[in-house]
Amino acid sequence: MSGERYTKDHDFVRVEGDAAVIGITDFAQSQLGDIVFVELPTPGQRVSRGGQLATIESVKAASEVYAPLSGEVVEVNAALEATPARVNEDPLGEGWLVRLRVDVPAELEELMDEDAYRAFLESGG
Amino acid sequence: MSESLASPSTLTPLEKTPLDGLHRRLGARMAPFAGYELPLHYKAGVVAEHSHTREKASLFDVSHMGQAILGGRGAAVLIETLVPADIRDLAPERTRYSLLLAEDGGVLDDLMITRLPGRDERLLLVVNAAAKAQDFALLRQELPQLGLSVLAGRALIALQGPRAAAALADILPGLEDTPFMGWRAVEFRGAGLFASRSGYTGEDGFEISVPNHLAEAFAEVLLAHPDVAPAGLGARDSLRLEAGLCLYGHDMDATTDPVEAGLAWSIGRRRREQGGFPGFDRIRAALTEGPARKRVGLLPQGRAPLREGATLSEPDGRIVGRITSGGYSPTLSRPIAMGYVESAFAAPGVTLESRLRDNRVAVEVASLPFVPHRYFRGQTGKDRS
Repeated sequence: MSGERYTKDHDFVRVEGDAAVIGITDFAQSQLGDIVFVELPTPGQRVSRGGQLATIESVKAASEVYAPLSGEVVEVNAALEATPARVNEDPLGEGWLVRLRVDVPAELEELMDEDAYRAFLESGG
Repeated sequence: MSESLASPSTLTPLEKTPLDGLHRRLGARMAPFAGYELPLHYKAGVVAEHSHTREKASLFDVSHMGQAILGGRGAAVLIETLVPADIRDLAPERTRYSLLLAEDGGVLDDLMITRLPGRDERLLLVVNAAAKAQDFALLRQELPQLGLSVLAGRALIALQGPRAAAALADILPGLEDTPFMGWRAVEFRGAGLFASRSGYTGEDGFEISVPNHLAEAFAEVLLAHPDVAPAGLGARDSLRLEAGLCLYGHDMDATTDPVEAGLAWSIGRRRREQGGFPGFDRIRAALTEGPARKRVGLLPQGRAPLREGATLSEPDGRIVGRITSGGYSPTLSRPIAMGYVESAFAAPGVTLESRLRDNRVAVEVASLPFVPHRYFRGQTGKDRS
C-alpha cells in the first residue's frame, strides 16, 4: 500500500513511472455500496484537476469522480465494464479506474499521504 | 467521490422506530426516509440482502408506515366514498389493496384495508409514512361519524421470501395456512400481534404488527432463525421494482389516476358500474376509452442504470414519456426501470430513447413484473394484489 496519495474526495493516486493510477479508496467504496456500473473516459482525453473523470453507479445512486490531477488519460480499466464490482472488492488493486499522464507534478504534492488521509478519515472526513 | 458521501443533514429531527437500537447493533447504515431514520442496508449490502429475500427470508422494519383502525357503524360502506375498492363485500380477516382518491381521481395514497373480525365494524388501515398525517386528517374530515384510532404504539415488521412462512410458523404456529391477503390475530408473549399475508417484494411473506415494547424481542426471535436475515430500504426498493410495484410519490401521485397507473384491477366490479368514489367520471372515461398514458416496464440497453426523471423519446426526438423509478436488478443483473409513456408507445417491444450524461441509451418497453410474483396460492387464494 506504499506510495498512494489521497484526496479529500476519497480518491487515491499512485505514481507508476510517468503516469498516475487513479481510483477510489476503500472508504469510498464502502460508502457507495454495491457498484453496478462505471463510466470511464476515453484514452487520449485530457482532464484538468477538478474536472469530471468518471461516474460510478451504485445500487443507491450515481456519483462523480473528479480528476485529482491534470493530465492525459492513457489507459482505463476496461475490465470494469464487465465486472464493476471489482471496485468494491479491490479498490486500490484490480478496481483501479484510470491511468493518467501527469501534466503538473507539483499537484501531487498537494495530496495527502497515507497518515494524513487516515487522520482525515478519523476526523470524520 | 462527491456529494453522495456527504452525510445527510436535516433541519427537523428524524423519528426513530422501536427497532432503532437493533439496527445499530446490526451495523445498519441509516438514512432519512419519510421523516424517519431507517436502515438503508446492513453489513451484507443491498445486493446480498435482495438476493437473500428472493432465496430465503428477510426481515424489514416498516414501522414508519401508518397503522390505524377506522371503526363505527357503516365503516365499510362509508370508506367506499374515498376509495374505489369493494370494501362492503370484503370478508372478515381479508385484506384488500386500495387507493385514496382526490376529487379529480388523482391518487392521494395507496393503502391496505383489512376487515377485522368481531361484532363491531372495524377496518385496519396501513398507509404510507410520508402521507399518513394527510391521510388520517382526510379520513377524520370526510368520515366524522366514524372513529379513527391511530396505532402509534405498534411497530410493523415485514418478513418476506420463500422461507418466510416456514420461519414464522416456528415462532407463531398456525399462520402457515393463512391465504394470500388473509389476516390473523395471534399471540406472542401475552400480547396481540396482527399478521397479514402480504408484502412489497413479490414474494410470499407477512407483515406483522407488534406492540412497540415487544418489537425488538420479536425481531430478534425471527433473526435467530437460520433462514432469516435483516434487509434495508435499498433492497426493499429493488425488490418492489423487480416486482413492478408502485412507490407512492414516484410511480404515482396526485396527478396520476388509477387506470394509467395500471391499477384498474383494484377497482371493484360493482364500483366500476356504480361509482360513488372521487374522480369517478375521469376513471370511467379512462376505463372505457383507455388512458392517454400508461405505466410500463422499461429495459435500458447496456449496463448503466437510468434513474427517475430520465426522459423517453421517439426516434425523432419528441418526448413521449419519463422514467419514474429506475435502478439495478440484482436478480436479472441488468438495469430496469418503470415509467409512463403515451399509450401508443406502451406495447412491450417498442424501442424508445433516453439520455444519460449526453449519451443516447435505447430503452425497450417491457411487461411488468420483471420477476414473476410468487405469492402464496396454497389454499383459497384467487385474490389479486
